[in-house]
Amino acid sequence: MPDLGETIRESQIWKSIFRHPMPVDRRNRIVVMLTNFFLHLHPVSIKKQGIALSYTWCMGGVTFFLFLVETVTGVLLMFYYRPTVEWAYTDIQMLRDVHSLGILREIHRWGAHAMVITVWLHMYRVFLTGSYKPPREFNWVVGVFLLLLTLLLSFTGYLLPWDQLAVWAITVGSNMARATPFLGHEGPGQQLLTLGGVDMITNASDARFALLGAREVGEETLNRFYILHCIAIPLGVALLLAIHFWRVRKDGGISGPL
Amino acid sequence: MHGLSELQFQDLVSSFLGPYYIALALMNGLAALYLWRSGQTKAWFNLPGSIGGKRVAITNVVVWLLVAMVFAVLAAIAGSGNTSIASLPEWLREAINNSTGPVVYSVGSSAVLIILYLFRGFFVRPAIAWAIWNLMWLFLGLSMTDPDFYDIVAKPDNVPIVMLVFLLAFFTWLATYRAVINDERIANGEPPLEKLDDEKILVWPDLVYTELICMIALTAFLIFWAIALPAPLEEAASSVKTPNPSKAPWYFLGLQEMLVYYDPWMAGVVLPSMIVAGLMAIPYLDFNKKGNGYYTIKERQFSYIVFQFGFLEMWITLIVLGTLLRGPNWNFFGPYEHWDAHKVEALNNVNLSEYVWQRGLNMSLPGALSFSDMPWIPLPAWLTAFLNPFLQFFSLLFGRELPGTLLVLGYFIALPPVMALTVFRGFYQRMGFIRFMIMANLLLFMASLPIKMVLRWVFQLKYLIAIPEFFFNF
Repeated sequence: MPDLGETIRESQIWKSIFRHPMPVDRRNRIVVMLTNFFLHLHPVSIKKQGIALSYTWCMGGVTFFLFLVETVTGVLLMFYYRPTVEWAYTDIQMLRDVHSLGILREIHRWGAHAMVITVWLHMYRVFLTGSYKPPREFNWVVGVFLLLLTLLLSFTGYLLPWDQLAVWAITVGSNMARATPFLGHEGPGQQLLTLGGVDMITNASDARFALLGAREVGEETLNRFYILHCIAIPLGVALLLAIHFWRVRKDGGISGPL
Repeated sequence: MHGLSELQFQDLVSSFLGPYYIALALMNGLAALYLWRSGQTKAWFNLPGSIGGKRVAITNVVVWLLVAMVFAVLAAIAGSGNTSIASLPEWLREAINNSTGPVVYSVGSSAVLIILYLFRGFFVRPAIAWAIWNLMWLFLGLSMTDPDFYDIVAKPDNVPIVMLVFLLAFFTWLATYRAVINDERIANGEPPLEKLDDEKILVWPDLVYTELICMIALTAFLIFWAIALPAPLEEAASSVKTPNPSKAPWYFLGLQEMLVYYDPWMAGVVLPSMIVAGLMAIPYLDFNKKGNGYYTIKERQFSYIVFQFGFLEMWITLIVLGTLLRGPNWNFFGPYEHWDAHKVEALNNVNLSEYVWQRGLNMSLPGALSFSDMPWIPLPAWLTAFLNPFLQFFSLLFGRELPGTLLVLGYFIALPPVMALTVFRGFYQRMGFIRFMIMANLLLFMASLPIKMVLRWVFQLKYLIAIPEFFFNF
């Protein structure tokens, strides 16, 4: 009677996926890192201090994992949510009160808060270990963009439940755009931009309008933020993440004393 | 606590505090166990007298076990509903409420951070840090029995901030602990700690398994958090019912807090842009080659202090202030104070131009120039219509607001060269003109916030330059 596990590992299907024996010896532990798509993000070997939690805090990895959690729970939440003024609030209520998978919303929201915190902690660690110094300067810049996108992801998602908390937080936050110099209708320099005595920058043409798609937070804003939150910003994050990880490898792996 | 009777509130708090204190007791018990098993037992002091000829020593293990027992007793008291015993005394809460305000809070947090920094060698000692850690949790637990404190801290969206504060305390300790050791090692001519584990190991299994364990732990934590704390959902959106206070999401509340001192164009647009630009500029401005890949403070004191000032002192404390201590009408409320929407705070801030013209020179404020007052200028009407706003703006900027304009221009234009010639001479020589000017201006922008805070507190100064006609207030 042959061992079942062995039968599977000897089968053509298994061997077509994993082209080497189990990673139990040194050679195959190296091969597994090189032949697996998901693992090839890593180097094959690393200095011991590079994986010490007291040095790395694991916060970059935690942030990436939270991004994955947000993606998975976010896609599932999209099944239950319609981004219209008519339905948005009720759909969230249903998630809370009716659907058995309603806890997805909690995981998604707390994961989002946690992601903001872990991005900050990751950057804190990178600063305190001086890891932004040459040759990693540009990856720090990419990281700052990722920080911005994380905050924007969280900010756009904040509106979607369409309750008082959401709408007024976005109103307060986006009111700032009204005061953008030259481009906000209550910003300094706005009066200087006139064409034949007519203001070019009004509340229907300024930076805030571009953000909200309307004069006030409303139907258009919900749609705009939904698309930004579910499609545009995640795509941007995915691209920058790829660059960020690739640069970590190309810039010499995780930092350490020379 | 609105909507709950006192009894219901006590039930709610005690059902939270019971497990809370048990967790703290376990935390200290585990610490004691760890110290004992890893052979780090240390006698701290000896009891007077002796038993059987042997002196009895109180070790760190005994102390943390005693602390664990105190927490266990607190768990029993608070968990059984006697929340009034397990809380801060009323007079202390009153005293804290009455003595705190934006000034005490900001100056106090700066003072605390400066003391922690200067005496970091003392505060990072594990025993001291562990005692402070315990006190922080104890303070939170004892405060939770206050309905007003509970109301704000236990608000679902505020819970992350409490977590952030504790996480930052822990990681700041960890980083400083290692930096202090590294600085000592470097002073003795030894390599930093990070250099010791120099051998190469395979990523499979060491790193891959660590990541897997982290993922599982994090998933468990998220699910636990999601079950324990329902996400907030208030009543349906209404554009007519404005909540008071209206707050942005918590991570932007540092910016919202800046609105007290700045107009929205500064607090909401210019300064955030400067923060982002400044963050990106860090690697190109920091010319110090040392401190790359290990924790150190002494080898990069300047960049360390600037960063910590910006992050812990400006960004984090302002977020905590904006989230937990700012109530209706953005008034300051002590941690145990009821958020009373009718609390009135006198606002009699004065612009610099009013100080100079009205109070100093006893004159009325000069007005703006306009082409309509100057018909003798031979310009076509369409051109004067176009130029008029410019004339008005600049005549106000260099007329009525001249004192503030001179101060601000001096600050941003005259100060950098002075810095280059004096305190920052070495920086200037190593960085070159452009890099130095960028750094100087970023630093000056950052320093402008505390400067404006102090001017507000001491002189009730509203704006240095106040041109509300053009939304240009600085």
